[in-house]
Amino acid sequence: MQILKLLIKNSFRHKLRTSLTVLGITIAILAFGLLRTVVSAWYAGVEASSASRLVTRNSISLIFFLPLSYKEKIRQIPGIKNLSYAYWFGGIYISEKNFIPNFAVDAKTVFEMFPEFVLPEDQKNAFLRDRKACVAGEKVAEKYGWKIGDTITLKGTIFPGNWEFVLRGVYRGAYKGTDETQFFFHWDYLNETLKKTDPNRADNVGWYTVNVTSPGLAADVAAAIDNTFKNSLAETITETEKAFQLGFVSMTEAIIIAVRIVSFVVIVIIMAVMANTMAMTARERIGEYAVMKTLGFGGWYIAGLIFGESFFIASMGCALGILATFPAAMAFGDAMSTYFPVFNVQRQTIYMDIAATFIVGFVAGVFPAWRAVKLRIADGLRRIG
Amino acid sequence: MEIKEPIVKIENLYKTYRRGSQILTVLQDINLDIADGEFMALMGPSGSGKTTLLNLIAGIDTADSGIIEVGGIDITNLSETELAHWRSANVGFIFQFYNLIPVLTAFENVELPLTLTSLSKKERKEHARMALQIVNLADRMDHYPSQLSGGQQQRVAIARAFVTDPALLVADEPTGDLDRVSAREILDLMERLVHELGKTIIMVTHDPRAAEMAHIIRHLDKGVLNANTEAPH
Ligand SMILES: Nc1ncnc2c1ncn2[C@@H]1O[C@H](COP(=O)(O)OP(=O)(O)OP(=O)(O)O)[C@@H](O)[C@H]1O
Ligand SMILES: [Mg+2]
Repeated sequence: MQILKLLIKNSFRHKLRTSLTVLGITIAILAFGLLRTVVSAWYAGVEASSASRLVTRNSISLIFFLPLSYKEKIRQIPGIKNLSYAYWFGGIYISEKNFIPNFAVDAKTVFEMFPEFVLPEDQKNAFLRDRKACVAGEKVAEKYGWKIGDTITLKGTIFPGNWEFVLRGVYRGAYKGTDETQFFFHWDYLNETLKKTDPNRADNVGWYTVNVTSPGLAADVAAAIDNTFKNSLAETITETEKAFQLGFVSMTEAIIIAVRIVSFVVIVIIMAVMANTMAMTARERIGEYAVMKTLGFGGWYIAGLIFGESFFIASMGCALGILATFPAAMAFGDAMSTYFPVFNVQRQTIYMDIAATFIVGFVAGVFPAWRAVKLRIADGLRRIG
Repeated sequence: MEIKEPIVKIENLYKTYRRGSQILTVLQDINLDIADGEFMALMGPSGSGKTTLLNLIAGIDTADSGIIEVGGIDITNLSETELAHWRSANVGFIFQFYNLIPVLTAFENVELPLTLTSLSKKERKEHARMALQIVNLADRMDHYPSQLSGGQQQRVAIARAFVTDPALLVADEPTGDLDRVSAREILDLMERLVHELGKTIIMVTHDPRAAEMAHIIRHLDKGVLNANTEAPH
């Protein structure tokens, strides 16, 4: 008859109490896992960004554009492998609820610049041939039931009017963290239309993306680009894609800090619940612990029983919580795909779940175990009578 | 009559409890020899210190001063860990409320103290089964304490007490919670342990009928052991 058997039998002594505690831990781990996933989803764009890509934008603000004429000047700067440019179009698909990030891009260079967007060769060619063509990520295409060849109309907000595009390709992400919700079309199409309707706004781009020949050159190249346009009409800021993305994210950092804090508060609360369960349990068994000590079992044996039970209950909750996290994250990610294009439970989150469980199990066990070690047998036995 | 070597030898034993500033003397200058193979009853009014004395002899409480020799070892000098080890090999305990572990079966309860010995798993099972046979509960091995009557639970507790084969058994009001018939069975069983297995038993009791089963009766009154050794009639 081993300690393990006694420990497991003890754990199921109060089935209701144990079940409720396990349920509490399951929910806590689930909540913790989802909140941590929200945090990592928030930074997914930053994580997915490349270290060798630089973004050049107008130094005043992102909403100001840069002239197309910068293209050739930038291209001449040493250390640049290739260059692409884009424009935030801000079109609405049917209703404002349907948020799709849509960009006017340089069709010839976009897929070379962003190899994480994987498009079959024939679709790429079809996209290049057709001026009114567009490409969408698999997630959006699936969500709205778009098929290749469908006509998709976006209502322009920055560029008024109804804009019609023909879907020529559906891209997939090369990595788990790749955003599959974007929508691209030809910058040329936008520019030609603007030349006719609003010539002042023609021949501009939102930002340039350049690829440096090696990540080590990023800082030098960025400085060189910005120097080139110093004292010109539109000065530039060039930074790595990561910093560029982080700039977006940092605007909402307060929310993320709050989410982070809440995720830890959840763990602290369950720690209190679990500690209460273990304290009650151990208090009820003081007499039994005294009997076991009488028989010659040492204080550490009893402490082992208590810690074992604490870890056992916490682990059951943890295991169920982790199992529940994956389907829950999938459902949450689907429902929230507009806000979180990438919503994956990261391995690190699972490690944190396990670490949190270990801490909860330990903290809950430490006080009752200490009391059991200190317990004087004669006092413990008197409690029974 | 042969002279038996005393298994328990107590000299000038004192025990006090402190309650705030108040000092309560619970045992006062106790001197007591108990011969090997003796069945001794310890009687006295409530609060006279019977349980305290029993706990001291069994090494689960510590004295203020004096000597307690059990089987030739002065246990007042042992550390807590040494005492735990000593108890597991030398004393068996029988309590008023049986104190079985409720989640373990009768068999597992009896096997429990054997896990502290160097016996193999097979030997442990053998010993536990044998002990349950002696208390006549072989057919109840797989029952949980809640499925047994008070008398049966106490018999399991007795099996647990002697399964490690200690020379000394201490019992604190072992029949205090039982009806007359069950109490009788328990006393007969203890008597058999003394006669057939040569155990020494110290039993605290309030019940004169229980005391009659013993070879000697000693009285404790306000922490003082009465001088006269009374043999039951
Ligand atoms: N931990 C303690 N702290 C203070 N006083 C104690 C403690 N334990 C016992 N006492 C006191 O010591 C005295 C003797 O107690 P003990 O339990 O030995 O008596 P007893 O003879 O076994 O009584 P009973 O027949 O009721 O079981 C009592 O007055 C009791 O109140
Ligand atoms: Mg008592």
